[in-house]
Amino acid sequence: MTVTFAASAGTQPARHQQPSGRRPRGRTIRRTLTGWAFAGPATIIVVGLSIFPAVWAFFIARTRWNGIAPATDVGWRNYERVVQDPDMGAAAQHTVVLTALFVPSAILLGILIAIALNQRIRLIGFYRTCIFVPYVASAAATGILASWVFNPQFGGANAILSRLGLPQQQFLESPSQALVVVCVIALWGEVGFATVVYLAALQDVPKELIEAAIVDGAGRFKVFLHVTMPALRPVTVFMAIWETITALQMFDLIYTTTRGGPLNSTQTVVYYVYELAFQTQRLGYGAAVAYLLFAVTMLLTLAVIGYGRRGGREAF
Amino acid sequence: MPVKRRWLPFSPWHLLLMPMSLIFVLPLVQMVLASFMSKKQLNRFPPQLIPTSFHIEGYAKLFAQSHILLWFLNTVLVSTISVVSHLVLCSLAGYGFARLRFVGRGVAFIAVLATVMIPIQLLMIPTYLLFARIGIVDTIAAAFVPWLASAFGIFLMRQFFLSLPVELEEAARIDGAGALRTFLNIVLPLARPALVTLAIFTLLSSWNDLLWPLVAISDDTRFTLQVGLASFQGTRRTEWSQLMAGNVVATMPLILAFLVAQRRFVATMTFTGLKG
Repeated sequence: MTVTFAASAGTQPARHQQPSGRRPRGRTIRRTLTGWAFAGPATIIVVGLSIFPAVWAFFIARTRWNGIAPATDVGWRNYERVVQDPDMGAAAQHTVVLTALFVPSAILLGILIAIALNQRIRLIGFYRTCIFVPYVASAAATGILASWVFNPQFGGANAILSRLGLPQQQFLESPSQALVVVCVIALWGEVGFATVVYLAALQDVPKELIEAAIVDGAGRFKVFLHVTMPALRPVTVFMAIWETITALQMFDLIYTTTRGGPLNSTQTVVYYVYELAFQTQRLGYGAAVAYLLFAVTMLLTLAVIGYGRRGGREAF
Repeated sequence: MPVKRRWLPFSPWHLLLMPMSLIFVLPLVQMVLASFMSKKQLNRFPPQLIPTSFHIEGYAKLFAQSHILLWFLNTVLVSTISVVSHLVLCSLAGYGFARLRFVGRGVAFIAVLATVMIPIQLLMIPTYLLFARIGIVDTIAAAFVPWLASAFGIFLMRQFFLSLPVELEEAARIDGAGALRTFLNIVLPLARPALVTLAIFTLLSSWNDLLWPLVAISDDTRFTLQVGLASFQGTRRTEWSQLMAGNVVATMPLILAFLVAQRRFVATMTFTGLKG
């Protein structure tokens, strides 16, 4: 559970005795060549497919460009337009709503289901399989399946509602419901991951601690509140970051359920970037929107890490 | 011994877990059943859960009217290349960063870790342009090039190699084996669990990827399953049996793999969550 890379990076002692006849400089060059032969190909691919394009995007964001005609330099004007763009405002609002619904739900459901799956009861293997299996289905397939389940005419969701005597709903075809339904579908596909992670974290909580608390007279709920929850804290910080990134970057599911509709009600910032770049060919403006999203994501991540650190200090 | 009071003949956790399990697994069961239903059976309300008769017209039309077989083969090819490349390149790089000392190691490793902070939307436009420059737009290379190696894979392998005792390697080096010999003969055979985790992670990511092939491939014979299904959905919004048949073809290989090797899959998810 502990991330060890920071401690180990500099602690490689010189292990190999220097053979007497060789000059140290030749050895350094040889070692460096060997090291890069090992690490180079993967490093070049990973860095070349992310940092290099990210820098390029910065320059694209300073142009007006449709991808074919020569680009014209517009300086910072794209960013000025982002701030005034009503579509961008709506997309940002949908993104915030989706994230605010998705992240706490995923974490709470993950903890709840993980606690349930951590019990020693019959059928537990069956339950685990059932709950984890949607995670391996692609978001695209999940979206197609969900658009059938939530189909207003023939779908299973309305069938259940009518069986319960509740009014029929439009779900993904209603501008006021679509975003919530998308969030529910995303939870269905992603909660398995949060559950697995919390289950592993729960099994890492020292048994002695729990037993000691029970000996001291704490009830089950108190044990959970004062022993289990603090132990889950680091995992929860990680899950908050992970699920926030998942929500902010959600694309596949929106593409195969609503394509941003109805009436743009599920158009998130990511989907808007896709539309700008690949549907309306406004590459420069799209890159500017993407950069703004990047900045917000970074700030949010830092805020969550900072909050986690501060909270951690208060707890001890 | 205190006698536990039981107000139910079974654990109350079943009251939560049973409906939860059904919520998670019933849609998938429905997907499979619906793929074997006729259009008439599907356009009925309330829907039948268990069909009275089985039909294969969904599959027949899917195979006749789309390139699903090609999409399936393309996806298998993309995933195979991605997994093999990941295993080779990431284990080499992981070993390099874990054990070899060379100029630029620290900077290179930090650069690799920093890439995980860059969101995919920022990369969409320039990566598409990059693919256009190197001439792989509209080829299946556009679907596997993003999965040849990953920061996660390099990190995973590095952490694993750091956890191995160094004495074995030292013995091999003293016996005169070079870095590559030591890596191949001594270290790699010990790395099986990490390699399985990496393979599963890469298989899931590359098989399920929609965005990269979607932006870079428009020739429908070069589609992967995910892009193919999404485009098929766009043109046949109401052909549910065909769409569900396509979904079955696209998801069943991974679901079956999951059912067979659940323990390995769960270990992969755990590692992603706890170390990623």
